[in-house]
Amino acid sequence: MVKTMKTKENLRKEKDNLRSQKITAGILRGLVSISMLITVAVLIALIGYILIKGIPNLKPSLFAWEYNTENVSMTPAIINTIVMTFAALLFAVPVGVFSAIYLVEYARRGNKLVGIVRMTTETLSGIPSIVYGLFGYLMFGVAFHWGYSMLSGALTLAIMVLPSVMRTTEEALKAVPDSYREGSFGLGAGRLRTVFVIILPSAIPGILAGVILAIGRITGETAALIYTAGTVAGIPTTSLGGVSVYDMMGSGRTLAIHMYALLNEGLYMNEAYATAVVLLVMVLLINALSAFVAKKFTRS
Amino acid sequence: MKDLKEALMHVVFMIAACVSILAVALICIFLFANGLPAIAKIGPVEFLTGMRWKPMNEIFGIFPMIVGSIYVTAGAIVVGVPVGILCAVYMAKFCPKKIYPILKPAIELMAGIPSIVYGFFGLVVIVPIVQDLTGSSGKSMLTASILLGIMILPTIIGVSESAIRAVPESYYEGALALGDTHERSVFFAVLPAAKSGIMAGVILGVGRAIGETMAVIMVAGNQPIIPGSLLEGVRTMTANIVLEMGYAAGLHREALIATGVVLFVFILIINLLFSLIKKGDNNG
Repeated sequence: MVKTMKTKENLRKEKDNLRSQKITAGILRGLVSISMLITVAVLIALIGYILIKGIPNLKPSLFAWEYNTENVSMTPAIINTIVMTFAALLFAVPVGVFSAIYLVEYARRGNKLVGIVRMTTETLSGIPSIVYGLFGYLMFGVAFHWGYSMLSGALTLAIMVLPSVMRTTEEALKAVPDSYREGSFGLGAGRLRTVFVIILPSAIPGILAGVILAIGRITGETAALIYTAGTVAGIPTTSLGGVSVYDMMGSGRTLAIHMYALLNEGLYMNEAYATAVVLLVMVLLINALSAFVAKKFTRS
Repeated sequence: MKDLKEALMHVVFMIAACVSILAVALICIFLFANGLPAIAKIGPVEFLTGMRWKPMNEIFGIFPMIVGSIYVTAGAIVVGVPVGILCAVYMAKFCPKKIYPILKPAIELMAGIPSIVYGFFGLVVIVPIVQDLTGSSGKSMLTASILLGIMILPTIIGVSESAIRAVPESYYEGALALGDTHERSVFFAVLPAAKSGIMAGVILGVGRAIGETMAVIMVAGNQPIIPGSLLEGVRTMTANIVLEMGYAAGLHREALIATGVVLFVFILIINLLFSLIKKGDNNG
């Protein structure tokens, strides 16, 4: 008799336990779902708000060839952004890829230099863009007497994106199977030839995905550029033998800086909305491209 | 001939690898060489603990900006870390297989949106909301904390998610086998094991938040005084540099560079913490 009482009580206890377990489980599940919902909602709100408010403000005059205070054209800023991107990558990609090659293909195990390079790369990737901007201003602008110039901006950005180019290239190189290397060496190819003919081609999609992400970062950068490339609204040109050519030593604003300048002046809110749309769409496209390339990479 | 080429390229690759060392060295040299003399001239104590920033009167105390940076970063942690970690748990352990291929790129996109766009969004959406709800100007520590909290989300989610995924499956299975539910197994067996990886993500987020410039300028109000409440304006070190560098000259300009030096030292400490935690994680 007493025995059955006990089991009954136990049973009830167990039931209670089970219920409280279910309640905690429900709460936890609710918490994670709500958090995810909030995050996604914020992202959608951000993109949606800017697109909805910005697209009606996209006027043809915003894309006029020349900038003036009347049309507030963003075309020069777009051209400057493209030039800035290429100039920065021209420096960052070879250096980044070559140093990754050194780290993965050349350095021997326990090489001290590798440790130092890893540490400094990690440091570089943690430095905020405003510090890069200050450094670029002090070194290229002041010490080299380049003033506010596209070249100062490009070199500053090149240093800024170097760690990400290096890291993605390293990962892409490591993903190339060792049998490729062994096969190449076995056929009598040297290290250099193996790297350029066998390894690099199969690592290209991975490298490309990293480079595209670097492009995204350059496109959106502001703090590092204000005091290096400056904020002049036109396309910097210089006369070379009577022909007007792009002047890397001149100051020019990229699209992100253009947007900052518009907001700062406070007179062109509608144009700022439109610029935000163009900037956002550029970043969306760049991200999609990077994801696409990376996907191809993992499939093959 | 072939050997010569091999040796030459070996050296070229090595030099390329040294560029990042050179870059860090140059950044340190240029910042410290230009900033430290100003700190010496103003007086380290006056500079670091001075309560007033009045460039016109040659009074340069950046204590309000240091406090401002710390306040705003702390606010960003309060807003961003809980949501970020919960999102990471969702992505790693709760997400239906069909949704994941959409969610992952969405979070990556969030990391790719330029800070000026975040700042703009803060200015035209969050500032008016805070204005309406509180009756203040809207440009405040609270607004900056919310915006920064949103901006550090992708960093925290990304790092925490991979930390959670790195926990051996046996932890989860063990908890399940003892009769616990899926949710409780994840939270009480898997999550504690991913602690140090998540911590690394949080520290990375702190670095992002303290170094963020353009978004903060738009929504923080930028008054160089220590805010008395969440609804008052605040100026961070980063904002101080960008706002005044354009027209500063002489000692004022040097004081701004010195502000950059202080920020840089903060970042170096955060980086050090990050690598220590990562190292501890690898050993343990």
